[in-house]
Amino acid sequence: MSKAPSNPRAHAGLFLGLVLSTLVLSTLVLSTLVLSTRALADAPAQLREHCPPGFELTDGNRCELRTLYQNYDSLQYAGVGGPRTGLPSARDGFSPQQIDLGRYLFFDPLLSADNSISCASCHHPDLGFSDGRARSVGIDGAEVRRAAPSLWNVAFLQSFFWDARADSLEQQMVGPLYDAKEMGSNPEQLLAEIGGNATYRALFRVAFPGSEGPPTLEQIYYSIAAFQASLISLNSRYDQYAHGYHDALTDNEKEGMNIFRSFVARCAECHTPPLFTNQQIAVIGVPEPEGRQLDAGAETTSGNPGLRGGFKVPSLRNIAKTAPYMHSGAFDNLRDAAEFYTLGRGHALPEEEKQRMTVHWHIWEPELADDELDRLVDFLATLTDEAFKPGIPAAVPSGLAPVGVIPEALGPKPSIAGLNET
Amino acid sequence: MGKKLLQIIVAVVLLAAGIVVGMKLAGDNRATVVGDASRYSNAAGSTGLLTRSVGGSGTGTVHDVRDGNSIQAAVAAAEPGDVIRIFPGTYTETVYIDKDDIVLSGVVVNGQWPVMEGNKELNDAVLYSGNDITVENLQIQHYKGNAVMGQAGNNFLIRNNNIIDTGVYGIFPEFGTNGLITHNVLSGIEDAAIYVGMSDNIHVTNNEVFDNVAGIEIENSRHSIVENNYVHDNTGGILVFITPGLPIKTTFDTIVRNNFIVNNNTPNFGIPGSTVAGIPAGTGILNMAGDQTTIEGNVITGNKVIGILITDHMNAPNVTLDPGADPSSDEIAILDNMMWNNGYDTIPEIKALKTLELVDGNVEILNVGASANSCILDPDKYTTVGLKSFGTCGFTTTADVSTYLLDEPAQRREIAAEDMGKRAYYGICAGCHSYNIKMIGPPTQVIQALYMDNPQGIVDYITSPTKKRDDYPEMPPQNYLSEDVRMAAAEYMLQVKQ
Repeated sequence: MSKAPSNPRAHAGLFLGLVLSTLVLSTLVLSTLVLSTRALADAPAQLREHCPPGFELTDGNRCELRTLYQNYDSLQYAGVGGPRTGLPSARDGFSPQQIDLGRYLFFDPLLSADNSISCASCHHPDLGFSDGRARSVGIDGAEVRRAAPSLWNVAFLQSFFWDARADSLEQQMVGPLYDAKEMGSNPEQLLAEIGGNATYRALFRVAFPGSEGPPTLEQIYYSIAAFQASLISLNSRYDQYAHGYHDALTDNEKEGMNIFRSFVARCAECHTPPLFTNQQIAVIGVPEPEGRQLDAGAETTSGNPGLRGGFKVPSLRNIAKTAPYMHSGAFDNLRDAAEFYTLGRGHALPEEEKQRMTVHWHIWEPELADDELDRLVDFLATLTDEAFKPGIPAAVPSGLAPVGVIPEALGPKPSIAGLNET
Repeated sequence: MGKKLLQIIVAVVLLAAGIVVGMKLAGDNRATVVGDASRYSNAAGSTGLLTRSVGGSGTGTVHDVRDGNSIQAAVAAAEPGDVIRIFPGTYTETVYIDKDDIVLSGVVVNGQWPVMEGNKELNDAVLYSGNDITVENLQIQHYKGNAVMGQAGNNFLIRNNNIIDTGVYGIFPEFGTNGLITHNVLSGIEDAAIYVGMSDNIHVTNNEVFDNVAGIEIENSRHSIVENNYVHDNTGGILVFITPGLPIKTTFDTIVRNNFIVNNNTPNFGIPGSTVAGIPAGTGILNMAGDQTTIEGNVITGNKVIGILITDHMNAPNVTLDPGADPSSDEIAILDNMMWNNGYDTIPEIKALKTLELVDGNVEILNVGASANSCILDPDKYTTVGLKSFGTCGFTTTADVSTYLLDEPAQRREIAAEDMGKRAYYGICAGCHSYNIKMIGPPTQVIQALYMDNPQGIVDYITSPTKKRDDYPEMPPQNYLSEDVRMAAAEYMLQVKQ
């Protein structure tokens, strides 16, 4: 069997899904059609009983986070400060089985309306759990308004979405799952798809012992949250420096670190260690890409006119992996993104918005030199750590190709001709 | 007349003889100890030195830095406990201290100071993140960002520095617990000269701040005392703020006492968009949303707009409301203060409020917005507007609180070896080693069998690994972890059971 990057079965599924209205039936037919494929043979019969890296399995079958950052305190338990500051409180305590079940769900295109895309289609592990696009694309190739944020270290976040409108991962995920432009499903379809799959039914009974009946929406959300909360990245070269090994960074990178935390550039005032975000909303006056309407951001969701054009400060961990940058991908690379901050308050805003927006007080004119911007980019690359990157399952319970549509940045679109290769 | 002249001559001769004899007898008298060491100790009410729980221990090696040498090179070579002495000279560099317990100490010789010179090109003079840091006896000038900026370092001691035009702030500790800022002189700063941001248990005393936009600012911080400072000729004197949009959202328990807050009428040269850019030139004390601020014993004179201004977020300019931060200034207490000649040339907003309350004379204390459970000891002493809701304080002094500095340094905690080992094993090793599954490296079980009672063997191997197994990649060295952490991880790895 070919190891080509294309995913023929995804398209078989898509094709059949169009022909046959019920997915259970299509999966059945699909199974019969391609019985010989490895995907089905590899369909998970059981869930992992060990925690992902970064977690200790404790009494009560709980995976609890362990990191050297637990050696440190933080002021008012806020999880912001300097290199040796404790993290914000994390969501942990999920069971190994729930995390592993969440992994299957995360990579299974069964969760989208037409079974074409999975969560990983926009949050791909090989693209920093983003998709390399300025704005993400949902089913039917429809473009959404904003960029897919990275999922690394979401266990530590208190709010979700660029405009901070959700308070939990569970609350967040119903957005993309059911948005017509994103995964386009709905609760009934999701329950029917998952509940109609014998493998999933069995796996949910393992992950939620004592629970009777078919999988519930809460269990689906909880499992996906469990997997997302297991994506920990705290072992970058920067972290080695932070824990006391000062040779971990080159002279250029240290210079960049000092510019980053200086009160001239002020990056660390909002992208505060150890998570490199202070989790607040900031109005920085970022431009929209050519030809796009202004996105009012948190003003719309909070009703606070002072937050017009405000977005949540993103973590910069693994930032080198997640170009393009800003909420709608205004900047292709980190150099341009860094330069934005030195060009003056509101420089990129249309005239009427300059008067209207309350740009954050930390946005000013630091007059950073060209080489200082280069050093900032050098430093940002030291925040990369993917040592705990989870594997993509070889097969998912639906029998569909794991991930489904893969982001363009990872290769050519899978072609329907790929069917012949099976 | 002649007798008088003679007397003078005799006196001069005697004096000259006395000096000569004195010099001969005394020579260099430094070796002689004069005065009993206990002369002022054990006095009634003594609570000990303010410095008892802050600053570096100074117990280690002394590194001398002289003109032409690099201070940073000395910091890089220093171990916790060390003292870096900086001799007179000009040092054009940014010094960053990401280790604990370091003393950076200038040495003044014949009135010559060590000068850190930023030439308006360098960002910050001293950046520290370590705990137990002392920065003292330095002249720091012409930087763009800060003279001394702390990020999460606890137990800091910043004293006896002369700081001139160092950009946005002079002394700026952020995210720190337990710190003393004392006997510094700061001028020419375009925001706050002394800016305590998101910190706890801070003492700011005996500083002179002048010709700055803001003199001293306590922001999103708790348990602070600002006392005995000479705060003059700034745009605004002393600020106690909750600034919205920050991750730590409270300010409470601030005592502002016994300061001289004089003639703070300097035109505002704050950076456009900054919070302080909205402060009217001529403001003595400004409390914005800070709670439990007590103002006592200050001499507040000659501030042309207002002596004491208390406001909530709704009435403050340049402020975006934050649902996580309480916008009002509650539990304010104004005890006895000496106020004189404030508000003599005020802003239209205050004039309008004055008219509204039918108040004559210059307003010295103004409150705008709701202020619950606030009090003033003797309202009749001052001309006030907006204080009708204030009760009479049931207390007259803060004197029983000498400091909020801690008795013991903060976060000098011991980590149990097992916790350290567990955090390193799961937090780092588990990326490649699982208990009984082949990952990037061999399973922990296999390693346990190999090194049974030999954690040192593991430590030695992981410090500089060599390729051992054909079916696994070579292990990257773990020498970035300290010896202690490597040993703790090895010991934990040998006893882990699943």
